[in-house]
Amino acid sequence: MTRLIAVRLFFGALTLWAVSLVVFAATQALPGDAAQLILGRDATPERLEALRDQLNLHEPVAVQYMQWLQGVVQGDLGTSFSNRRPVAEFLASPVQSSLTLMGLSALVATPIALFVGAFSALRRDRGFDHSASMGTLVVASIPEFVVGILLILLLGPGGLDLFPSVYAREGGPEQWVLPVLTLALAVAPPIVRMMRATMIEVLESEFVQQARLKGLAERRVLWRHAAPNAIGPVAQVVALQLAWLAGGVVAIEFLFNFPGVGKVLMDAIENRDVPLVQAVVLLIAGIYILVNLVADVIGLAANPKVRVANR
Amino acid sequence: MTEQPENTRAEGSTADSRPSTEGTVLSVDGLTVIGRPSDVEIISDVSVSVNRGEILGLVGESGSGKTTLGLTLLRHLKRATEIVGGRVWVGRQDLASLSERQVRELRGRAVAYIPQSPASALNPALRLGDQLSEALHDPTLTRSEIADRVREVLREVALPDDHAFLRRYPHQLSGGQQQRVAIAMAFVGRPDLIVLDEPTTGLDVTTQAHVLETIRSMTREYGTAGVYISHDMAVVADLADDIAVMYRGELVEHGRADAVLSDPQHEYTRRLLMAVPLLRTSGHEEPPARDGEPLLRISGLSAGYGRTQVLEGIDLSVSPGECVALLGESGSGKTTLSRSVAGLHHQFAGGLVFDGQALATSSYRRTAEQRRRIQYVFQNPYEALNPRKRVRDQILGPYRHLVGRPDHPDLVVAQALERATLPASYGERFPEQLSGGERQRVCIARAVATRPDLLVCDEITSALDVSVQAEIVKLLRSLQDDGMALLFVTHNIALVSNIADRVAILNQGEIVEYGTVGQVMSAPEHEYTRALIADTPDFELSFPGAPERLGLGLEQEGRGVDSGA
Repeated sequence: MTRLIAVRLFFGALTLWAVSLVVFAATQALPGDAAQLILGRDATPERLEALRDQLNLHEPVAVQYMQWLQGVVQGDLGTSFSNRRPVAEFLASPVQSSLTLMGLSALVATPIALFVGAFSALRRDRGFDHSASMGTLVVASIPEFVVGILLILLLGPGGLDLFPSVYAREGGPEQWVLPVLTLALAVAPPIVRMMRATMIEVLESEFVQQARLKGLAERRVLWRHAAPNAIGPVAQVVALQLAWLAGGVVAIEFLFNFPGVGKVLMDAIENRDVPLVQAVVLLIAGIYILVNLVADVIGLAANPKVRVANR
Repeated sequence: MTEQPENTRAEGSTADSRPSTEGTVLSVDGLTVIGRPSDVEIISDVSVSVNRGEILGLVGESGSGKTTLGLTLLRHLKRATEIVGGRVWVGRQDLASLSERQVRELRGRAVAYIPQSPASALNPALRLGDQLSEALHDPTLTRSEIADRVREVLREVALPDDHAFLRRYPHQLSGGQQQRVAIAMAFVGRPDLIVLDEPTTGLDVTTQAHVLETIRSMTREYGTAGVYISHDMAVVADLADDIAVMYRGELVEHGRADAVLSDPQHEYTRRLLMAVPLLRTSGHEEPPARDGEPLLRISGLSAGYGRTQVLEGIDLSVSPGECVALLGESGSGKTTLSRSVAGLHHQFAGGLVFDGQALATSSYRRTAEQRRRIQYVFQNPYEALNPRKRVRDQILGPYRHLVGRPDHPDLVVAQALERATLPASYGERFPEQLSGGERQRVCIARAVATRPDLLVCDEITSALDVSVQAEIVKLLRSLQDDGMALLFVTHNIALVSNIADRVAILNQGEIVEYGTVGQVMSAPEHEYTRALIADTPDFELSFPGAPERLGLGLEQEGRGVDSGA
């Protein structure tokens, strides 16, 4: 199993490298000249030339890439064009905020979604199952920012006025509620549906019937006998959804004016701040790969055949 | 239960209020189960009873309601089924009238269940120790008492009881060991009644003999009443004290085993009894001497998967119109050999000559003509037919591919179906509209549509009921009489003794005995063959009017020495 994880880890690193290549190529293809952008329209040709030298913009693209990659590996993400601060330093605070937002959303969404899915499977074709199925379908079919707007209209100052609709630096913890709720609602439906489908399959299996025929309590049948056999497939979907969060957070942060990587990315694209865009995209890709890796490991660990084989 | 001196259960727990003097443990009274929403009766007005220490054999075909009845004895009802009448007395309690919670209390302790396929009934994600100890759900027991009891019962079913074994997962056991674990799981709570749902169906005869012996000794030792559900009369005749025969949800016959076997009252019981292929150890006719080149000659063949060698030095030949049986237990390599012949398994070396021409290892590199002349019928007809295609298209598919576009497709389909003794109208049906036996006939029709010279049959009767099995064998026999050669792969030695001209006995990748059926059955030379013959459950048909020692009605058809000509 260690070997399997090592192999997965290797492929994760490989994917990350491929992403870095694409990111670098894409930012090179962007129109405009970084030096011109930084110095503005009034810059003298001499100053432009000096800055281009400083940014190594004269070097061949391959050399620029190698220099950039070398920096990234050492934790040096370069210097932001627009505000002249090191990217790593500049990103620290928004990354922390965004990760907290994503983490909270995942913590809220995953257990509830798993529980609703399992309970739907148990109550198959009854009232709860039908309403859960309907509800997830409706929520899943609405874009997440529309869900956010609806939540603002309903719970925000315009509606019941329970929570603030815009994030402010001096605000309290209640201002996290709406962004977290929006993201959780966006993430949950596929998890619910997958959990339901997998659990139905597992609950129909002979070993669950056998567990019931042994006279075990229904709760034990559900969580000890059925759930461990549903983890593998469900973990994959949970991972895909949580990984989606890394990108999905962008629109939601914009909507709630939340100071996270999403907003940074929007601003950076607008300002043609190439090092910043590169760093943020690489970060999102990294989270994506990491979450999927964790899901793979959970899936492997949930399967005793794999777990025991290489001991 | 209380008469067990080494009883580890606390005295006076709720389930112990039953009288232990009374002989009857299970008494089913006018039980009726229906399916919703159609209200079809799955079980109609069934009454049976079983005494302490005795085994009732519950016999019937698939769909007869025997499994539903077995599960109802634990008050387990499948989705959309319902008890609408009758009582199920286990000891003094009527399961049909208890609450869900009370039933749960009784399960595993008053009545336990041994499943058909332990491979799928044991939870793959839980350790054996956990699965065994939770079956003993009794809050009055301490952890060490539970552990002691689990070890004790493991020893009783002849499994290791050490810590390492308890920490294993089901996939780390062999099929026979898994079934022993399932038996241990049922007996761990010292139930009064045990329901066994075809517990040996997936096992080899040798393993089956061991498992049956374990079941027999455990029920005697514990004084447990058993209900043994099976479609195999031979096993039931061997094991049961009473026999009950179910047919379409009704109990058509019920009595002491010897009475039912020697004097069956119901027509259906007779049919069931006659369908059992009986082991013929004598009276075989010598197959005619085959001159000339055999149709298929296998010489020095060895095959494997990756680094694992499965077959070693196989020599075998099949003459035109001959039926050669390949007999072996699971894992003996018999399916690998048949797949190599058909070009489905590529990793083999050695001579494979068909009608004078060497065959390529892969079917892709064989000529269309070679592929046309060797056809294959798979084990499981439920998986071998495309559920989205009509029978007609399934038959025409390989025909178009190997023979060419037919001028009269309807005629091709009709002829193929006719050879498989199905009416031509079946061409328009989808597989789901067919029974298991009919599906297998369609598979055979598909194979014979291209008029092959050699038909490879891979355990084609093992997924079917005994009576259907007899019909399929009869069909194969008639195909052989038309001049087709058969390579018949099976684990059923009784079947072999009835159908084959020659038999090769495969054990751990090698042919240990090879000869005419008469020779091998009457005077087996290898120890393994002798063990196989000894372990096969068997009984005599003694009722008046029964054909003599033959279930397949072959002798009446006067199958002569020249049948292959």
